[in-house]
Amino acid sequence: MSEKFTELLDGPSMNRAITRIAHEIIERNKGIDECILVGIKTRGDYLAKRLADRIKMIEGKPIRTGELDITLYRDDLSKKYETGEPRVKDVDINYVVENQKIILVDDVLFTGRTIRAALDAVMDLGRPSQIQLAVLIDRGHRELPIRADYVGKNIPTSSTEQIVVNISEVDGEDKVTLHKMD
Amino acid sequence: MKNLLSMEHLTNRELISIILRAEEFERGEQPTLARSYNIANLFFEPSTRTSTSFEMAERKLGCTIIPFDANFSSALKGETMYDTVKTLEMIGLDAVVIRAKEDEYYNELLEGINVAVINAGDGAGQHPSQSLLDLYTIHKEFGQFEGLNVTIAGDISHSRVAKSNAIALRNLGVNVRYLCPPEWAGDFEAHHSWDGLIEDSDVVMLLRVQHERHAVNSGFSKESYHEQYGLTVERASKMKKNAIIMHPAPVNRDVEITSELVESERSRIFSQVRNGVYVRMAILETILKGRE
Repeated sequence: MSEKFTELLDGPSMNRAITRIAHEIIERNKGIDECILVGIKTRGDYLAKRLADRIKMIEGKPIRTGELDITLYRDDLSKKYETGEPRVKDVDINYVVENQKIILVDDVLFTGRTIRAALDAVMDLGRPSQIQLAVLIDRGHRELPIRADYVGKNIPTSSTEQIVVNISEVDGEDKVTLHKMD
Repeated sequence: MKNLLSMEHLTNRELISIILRAEEFERGEQPTLARSYNIANLFFEPSTRTSTSFEMAERKLGCTIIPFDANFSSALKGETMYDTVKTLEMIGLDAVVIRAKEDEYYNELLEGINVAVINAGDGAGQHPSQSLLDLYTIHKEFGQFEGLNVTIAGDISHSRVAKSNAIALRNLGVNVRYLCPPEWAGDFEAHHSWDGLIEDSDVVMLLRVQHERHAVNSGFSKESYHEQYGLTVERASKMKKNAIIMHPAPVNRDVEITSELVESERSRIFSQVRNGVYVRMAILETILKGRE
């Protein structure tokens, strides 16, 4: 099997996208007082931390953060999840969510099934006034009626392609690549 | 945002918003102004670069530019800045872009003036549109500000750029350091050697040596400045892999920077000029939209 890949985002463009999303979150919510950023592990969690840093730089005060661990059969990125739905393994949100705005953060939005699991996990904690979604990459191919409120980059893909997000905290460098399998 | 007078008046949110809008203009997005606004550029001090850049930005926004020649204006007959600007407002202008010799000339325009005022440089005070284009250039390069090391080198105490940039950069989490001869430091705490500064700088921001100010000072020569404080090929070779060189221009080649570095791979000196148009479009659009 041969593999070709194209670089879609380099480090600076990934960071510029994060600045843009941070600014949009602040503008849309008229500040961040009622907001809680919730990263979906692993890379969504690091993105959420970067967004939180950027928001603090812009607003001069910190935003609350939490994280969700969702198990999925994601090792094989080329296949959608054939066996069962993604399940929530761990919820780490140490705030009352009642009447707060929860902003879920993930690296790639694909079928929407991970986000559905995240929505369930948040709703189990209480009744937030809103749940919003921020993703670095929206690659299309949704299987559920879910859409992102904040998108770093829209990338039309075919379902046989893979999007790989590298984040320096885990992967040593910031980079988004598109891999064609044939 | 009603006016743009000083970087001190801008919140980080407003500043980031201008940077992001400029990025959209650079990507080819079109302005969204409701009508053609009337603008005059009042340059009481010559500055071809800044005035041309503003005029290009105004044209791209579809503004109508009302000619104003400071050399033939009533200011020469002793008219106050307030009266000049108020007159233009009554004639029907929406915004004026002003460059003047007096520090904070705009203070006399804060009350009683409804036309938007954009400061294009005041005396030895501020030059906010230049600062914003510098910030834009840095953000375009690194995508962030937090933790970057920026070294500003040159005539710190007389530089508008040094002053306006320092405030904004610090607010954005940048580590700002200064380099200059001891007698140019003014109130700034400055380094007097490149040693230890060049190696970890992400941005080296050079300032123009103002010969007109220093020619009279004994002991100043272009050669000795270049040797001690200029960015030489040897110093540039010690810069970090992704580090960049900036300069507000006009450049004194072989004084603050060795001539061959001006268009070297690290240099953003000419892209800064291009960035300036997008940033000025973003500034003007933001202010004019605020009036709709």
